[in-house]
Amino acid sequence: MSKLKILTKGFFKENPSLILVLGTCPTLAVTTSVNNALGMGAATTFVLLMSNILISLLKNVIPDKIRIPCFIVIIATFVSIIDLVIQGFLPALSASLGVFIPLIVVNCIVLGRAEAFASKNPVWDSILDGLGMGIGFTISLVLIAAVREILGAGSFMGFSFIPSNYNMLLFVLAPGAFIVYGFVMAAVRQILNNVEAKRKAKQANA
Amino acid sequence: MNKLLNVSGSPHVHSGESVQKIMLSVIIALMPAFVVSIFYFGLPVIVLTLVSVGCCVLFEYLIQRFVMKVPTTISDGSAIVTGLLLAFNVPANLPIWMMVVGALVAIGIAKMPFGGLGHNLFNPALVARVFMLISFPVAMTTWPVPSPVWNFADAVTGPTPLGILKESAAVNMGEMPRYLDLLVGQMGGSFGEISAIALLLGAAYLLWKRVITWHIPVAFVLTVFIFSGIFYLIDPTQYANPFFHILTGGLLLGAFFMATDMVTSPTTPSAMLVFGAGCGLITIIIRLFGAYPEGVSFSILLMNAMVPLLNRWFKPKTYAK
Repeated sequence: MSKLKILTKGFFKENPSLILVLGTCPTLAVTTSVNNALGMGAATTFVLLMSNILISLLKNVIPDKIRIPCFIVIIATFVSIIDLVIQGFLPALSASLGVFIPLIVVNCIVLGRAEAFASKNPVWDSILDGLGMGIGFTISLVLIAAVREILGAGSFMGFSFIPSNYNMLLFVLAPGAFIVYGFVMAAVRQILNNVEAKRKAKQANA
Repeated sequence: MNKLLNVSGSPHVHSGESVQKIMLSVIIALMPAFVVSIFYFGLPVIVLTLVSVGCCVLFEYLIQRFVMKVPTTISDGSAIVTGLLLAFNVPANLPIWMMVVGALVAIGIAKMPFGGLGHNLFNPALVARVFMLISFPVAMTTWPVPSPVWNFADAVTGPTPLGILKESAAVNMGEMPRYLDLLVGQMGGSFGEISAIALLLGAAYLLWKRVITWHIPVAFVLTVFIFSGIFYLIDPTQYANPFFHILTGGLLLGAFFMATDMVTSPTTPSAMLVFGAGCGLITIIIRLFGAYPEGVSFSILLMNAMVPLLNRWFKPKTYAK
């Protein structure tokens, strides 16, 4: 696999929440506004990147039988760091994301990449993988949050442009999260399939 | 000549039943309630119903033609029935654009993504109704007071009987509409649900045409009667009497026309009884202890989710085994 592919596969082709369906809890819970989605995406990307680096460096030292607790300790360290940083410098974001920042510890994406990639690959590849997966996660969060915020609250990144009596409250609530998640997932997969079909048709022609 | 040589497996006798005919029967059965609501709420009822039906059919056509790219099936009439039932579930003074959104939700979220008629897990009209109730809580609970068309009074809004019940600590039957009013439809509410007599007339037609069987509605209404009756016997000053619970809200409309939807209800009689009883139980729990005054649509949707399980639990025994 080329280095570029390791980075970009997480964007869409192996997008953690839209294609691999990992990390659905934060995907559903924090996508009520684009700002929350960006904050959550950035925090998760940081944890992914740092834990991937450290686990990749320590992969020969960590005993195989207790690797999961070791991974969790490493991940929890970085989650604590980002949690304290957000509390200290972005109190508003910390208030609106609440418990979901500490919950990054148990996010399947982070542990999944540690187990599936960082513990088997060199550091440089793990950095690209963590960065790519983090960006892919952020993309999916922002896509879902944009639909939910526009339809549910009539605003985008806090700028409201639809009068409040035209808002559909359901999209801000939990059922709206499930509905939008499903539709965004379907749309992205359809677009990827179309792109793939076109690429295959081109190859067949050539 | 060719026709004579057709060889096919049994059954060879066809009853002449078709999706169109069933849908037509349902549409006919809904007409009495429609007429009563025009009588009480006037022109807005006709406008909202036309918008709802028209949008449901249009959205089904557009989605099948341009998104799913399959042959269109709007001629089966199911979208018309969905549109009618959806319109019957809203207050008569609902803004038109909300009706359009409701139709889009019914067809675009509850029906087509699952694969269209026969594949939808949840009743499309009810999904859209609950969507609107949660999204537009004010518009969906501002009920015009019914007054016969010749009164020409300006639109006055008032609470539904169940709303009054929820608001007040004790039951004060003096504030309530009389039973005769509940029977003919002189009560606040969504415009299709007000008249018990008109709904029962339509239900009788459906039973006679064998579009629905008695199992679901009887189990539904009986469960509501028994459970509200138990609470009424415990403390008549706190809980309304069971006849009141049956005649108010969307209970009759829900029990006869929505819970019996062929696609989203179980297939065997015993499963239907459990399904109906579950609907009744959840309805009463929501009405007596929940945050909303009315629970029929929520209860039917919750039981819709149980249908695959019920079908599995009550699978008929294989013959001669």
